[in-house]
Amino acid sequence: MSFRERLSGNEAIAYAMRQINPDVFAAFPITPSTEIPQYFAQYVANGQVDTEYVTVESEHSSMSTCVGAAAAGARAVTATSSCGLAFMYEMLYVAASARLPITLACVNRTLTGPININNDHSDSMGARDTGWIQIYAENNQEAYDNYLQAMRISETPDVRLPIMICQDGFITSHAVENILLEEDSAVKRFVGEWNPEHALIGRDHPLAVGPYDTCPYCMEHKVQQAEAMKNAKRAILDVAADFEQTFGRKYGLFESYRMEDAEVALVLIGSTAGTAKACIEKLRAEGVKAGLIKIRVFRPFPMEEIAQALSHVQAVAVMDKSEGNSACGGPLFAEVRSACYDLETRPKMINVVYGLAGRDCAVEDVEKVYRHLLHILETGETGPRYLHMGQRSSEQEVL
Amino acid sequence: MKSMTEIRWHGRGGQGAKTACLLLADAAFASGKYVQGFPEYGPERMGAPITAYNRISDVPCTVHSNIYEPDFVVVVDESLLSSVDVTAGLNPEGAIVINSPRDGEALRPLLRGYTGRVYTIDARRISEEHLGGYFPNTPMLSAIVQVSRVLDPGRFIADMEASFRHKFATKPQVIQGNMNCLIQSMKEVHGA
Repeated sequence: MSFRERLSGNEAIAYAMRQINPDVFAAFPITPSTEIPQYFAQYVANGQVDTEYVTVESEHSSMSTCVGAAAAGARAVTATSSCGLAFMYEMLYVAASARLPITLACVNRTLTGPININNDHSDSMGARDTGWIQIYAENNQEAYDNYLQAMRISETPDVRLPIMICQDGFITSHAVENILLEEDSAVKRFVGEWNPEHALIGRDHPLAVGPYDTCPYCMEHKVQQAEAMKNAKRAILDVAADFEQTFGRKYGLFESYRMEDAEVALVLIGSTAGTAKACIEKLRAEGVKAGLIKIRVFRPFPMEEIAQALSHVQAVAVMDKSEGNSACGGPLFAEVRSACYDLETRPKMINVVYGLAGRDCAVEDVEKVYRHLLHILETGETGPRYLHMGQRSSEQEVL
Repeated sequence: MKSMTEIRWHGRGGQGAKTACLLLADAAFASGKYVQGFPEYGPERMGAPITAYNRISDVPCTVHSNIYEPDFVVVVDESLLSSVDVTAGLNPEGAIVINSPRDGEALRPLLRGYTGRVYTIDARRISEEHLGGYFPNTPMLSAIVQVSRVLDPGRFIADMEASFRHKFATKPQVIQGNMNCLIQSMKEVHGA
């Protein structure tokens, strides 16, 4: 039976980790993810878990520890943010290409510089091509639920890829909210045991992990890895279906909110989705047909499904919470616009980069974006495609 | 009455405004409400102005932004009145509660034209009397419950006792002082 609690997003992740009792936790603190290893250290000290808690000297080492542990057949986890994730960069590729199912709790924070501790998605967006599955949460409940599903997705035989469970730093990681938790025994039953067929420890099947791969083979391995990422989409949906049957909460590749008759829609990631939902209710009361696509799974990217969901919409704003520095829009915009290319009739589409380095996004801000889309519908003119919102520079503030 | 109450806390780093905000969320949760309690982080250091927020509601709240039009404001440090626009967006039908030995009317000139109710409480004296030191957050927590009625005051006191018993399991000697602090503050907070 689910039970009612109130926890911050970081507490929720640490709680899930305790319930799962992983074999190895590689710990290195960085704001705003620091509380996760902090809470987990208490579980270790109290004897509530028998996890090998490895305190390392850097994030490069924490990911290296996870790689070694996972190659040995262990369930390995870690948590990080921002520059910590950036410092793992080399090892993120090693983990993914060695097909090691490692679980990383990413508490999204902007990347330096200038130095700033607040939320945006530039850290995990920078790691979007590393070969990791990426799942994002709107709130503490989703962070918890996504974490409970992570290992089964990642350990699926035709997937075997590491997975990042992301949530918005401070906005959800440090916000105490109501949450439904599951009993320890039910969580353990759902997550199950991890018994890899091949691991470094075990004499029957001698194995090498991460050796030099010569030209006649290396491309084949990279293509296999790409195939695994395609397979992950089905695995994510399978695990979500079992999660819904077991715990009653429904998840997909993305959430469609009031999209059934939407004329204008936003596509975005993370905690702003909740703010957008409140805005939609307000606009709907005025007769505006507003909708929202909240991306849950960014890697693998649900291309066909997103295109289908947007096919009947007239104007779309893709909201990026990271600056792509591409001179033509953020990373989510690039994916969503590409996804819509094959549609017979495409919605008009703009990119709004917002919320960088913790710049707040309130209901009124989201409303500005919807009003801009309505203006596009009225005039038939898309206007500038690549906009920023919320900054004080009057020359560039288009919304 | 609207279904959600929004509260903004202004304090200085180290005074426990964030803790008080989270304790209020705890107490509201215990009474069956939907809650949010979250701090706004800047460069954290002792004495720097900090802000924390509560949303308390009978229905789930999905909004994840700071609060710009609060129903109530709590000022844990009176010296902030001259440097921070604490009444920005504050609902004139709501109220502000300030930690000060002075009366509300004496402080009104510092409130940038705010026309709503102004309450004060001498949190320093109360906490020094009952806790033997300056811990303003417990009196301020109790004062905002009394002024806002966001929770039933009697139920709040009972829930807090349970919460303190849990929180201070290893130092039960401080429980009674904190409880006295809460009860005394409810009686003393005054204004109009």
